Amino acid sequence: MQLIVYGIINSVTLSLISLGFTLVYSISRVPNFAHGALYILSGYLVWIFINKFAGFPYPFAIIAAIGLTAIVGALIYRLILIRIRGMEISEIIATYAMGLAILEGLRWGGLRGGTFTLPTFVAGSVDLFSVSVDYQRLIIVGVGIFTFIFLYVFTRYTKIGLALRGIAQDERAAMMLGINSDMTAIVSLAIGSALSGFAAVLLLPLGNIVVETGYNVLIFAIAVCVIGGLGSWGGTIVASFVIGFAQILTEAFISTHYQMVVALLAIIITLLVKPSGIFGKQKELEERV
Amino acid sequence: MEQMRKERIDRGLKVRTEGLYAISSYREILYLMGPRLLLIVGVIALPFIFELAPYWKRVINIMFVYALLALSFDFLANYVGLVCLGGAFLTGVGGYFSAIYNVYLGFPIYLAIPCATITGAAFCTLCLLPCLPLRGVYFAIVTLMYPLLFTRIIEALNILGGTNGITGLDGFPNQYVEHYIIILLVIGFLFAMRRFVNQDIGLVLRGVKDNDQSVRASGIDVTRMKVLAVFVASLIGCFGGAYMAHLYMWTGISLFALDFSIIPIASVVIGGGGTLIGAVIGSFILVPLSEVLRAFGTFRIVIYCIILTGFIVFKSEGLMIYMQRKYHQFERWVKV
Repeated sequence: MQLIVYGIINSVTLSLISLGFTLVYSISRVPNFAHGALYILSGYLVWIFINKFAGFPYPFAIIAAIGLTAIVGALIYRLILIRIRGMEISEIIATYAMGLAILEGLRWGGLRGGTFTLPTFVAGSVDLFSVSVDYQRLIIVGVGIFTFIFLYVFTRYTKIGLALRGIAQDERAAMMLGINSDMTAIVSLAIGSALSGFAAVLLLPLGNIVVETGYNVLIFAIAVCVIGGLGSWGGTIVASFVIGFAQILTEAFISTHYQMVVALLAIIITLLVKPSGIFGKQKELEERV
Repeated sequence: MEQMRKERIDRGLKVRTEGLYAISSYREILYLMGPRLLLIVGVIALPFIFELAPYWKRVINIMFVYALLALSFDFLANYVGLVCLGGAFLTGVGGYFSAIYNVYLGFPIYLAIPCATITGAAFCTLCLLPCLPLRGVYFAIVTLMYPLLFTRIIEALNILGGTNGITGLDGFPNQYVEHYIIILLVIGFLFAMRRFVNQDIGLVLRGVKDNDQSVRASGIDVTRMKVLAVFVASLIGCFGGAYMAHLYMWTGISLFALDFSIIPIASVVIGGGGTLIGAVIGSFILVPLSEVLRAFGTFRIVIYCIILTGFIVFKSEGLMIYMQRKYHQFERWVKV
């Protein structure tokens, strides 16, 4: 029972982490290697708001941090990526460099050691099917499911969401219908960054804010996206459940150290067997040489 | 309003040296050979120039290791179209293999380095094999993961010396051997790679980058070409790692450090992608800079990243192509 409960929690965590990455990739085709950096940046911003500005209420700090992260994401696109759009090598290098700059800059700015923690939303824990689960994790699952539903509704019933999907499906046709491609890309990066910040705010209270988490988040997000099929939403959620349970099982039966190995093995197996991922059917011809 | 336009015209000297005239006068020969000779002689003279500064003499070695890594990145990215975000993977594998051969199996140093280079390259190629039949960002993703993964595995399993690393590797007999092994090999690899990419096979590799379907249509196996390219690039990178392990007489997880991934990329972007020589020159600029900035700690990486992004966005041709243009052409403003 414990395995199932924690498996579900872990899976929702992973999908929260990777939603931002997959959103950006599916819409603007930019692999956002700065994803993990934005995650840590947002957590650190919340910490600053709470600890350096005394009396800043926690919910407000969270909203401000997520908003700032979204702005940073949008600025990365507006100032840098817009000039190198379509040059794949440059895109990868530029986003990777921005991510590294943010992460190592934070490390240099004093983000070291285990002193940076965020308070949980609600303290305490509850017994669920005779497994002790703290409220924070329950909130993660609840909010995570709510986020999936929200994104589903947002991309299908609002004008911006439909524009985003239009660009994702066929950029030229969408442009012909008057959708501004650069504007949607900026919006997608802003939303993607906000999602990664959102995930950070939810997940970081469970541990310390450390720079290494940024790299791990990036890697797990990429692993989930590759396995689910780059740019496929349903695939992302399914894949996060696959990896989430695989990780919990290895943790229970082998050792915690193998979490990363599981992710990499999953990527390699996916690439060998079905490179377009679980749900990436229409792209199968595109990916293979 | 009058509009002006910049016009670029080849220098007469350049046009003359393209034909048989090239060997008809010293001036033309010098025009052709000058830059190459300057580089070779300059590089060989470096250890003597810094004779009085022992600290900087050690920096020279590291600088050339980065030059090798940059060379391998440039080759992969601009001739084959594979972006390798994990140069540290190559150095780490090379260094650990060399340590295994030298310390565990007792090979002498001159056997350990070549063996480590070849087996390391084979190992790297094998690790990267799954993502080679694919297009897109997969190669970048997988190379990004490997250095982190290997660090974790070595830490967690406590194999190969764990966090302490493997000590007691043989050093080089003296400083000059230390310098000239790497210097001569950088020159060797540089000119060999230039030749390699201008052969038929280089043309095929560029075809793989630009239009893989046409390569396939010509009856050439794309994956095999990519495997070959990755093997050559890892050969260069693994040699750098093995050399470094013997230079420090120590191998540890710091050979998988981020510096080995990001500095070569920055060097290539600054030096000018696709010129090979630009990669080497870029690392000659960046590595001394990094030594000067040593006091800043991890802030150095931030500086590289900002320089890197600035170059990508504002001067994507890089220094080398800019200098080549100035060397071969003159510019003037003309009325439109």
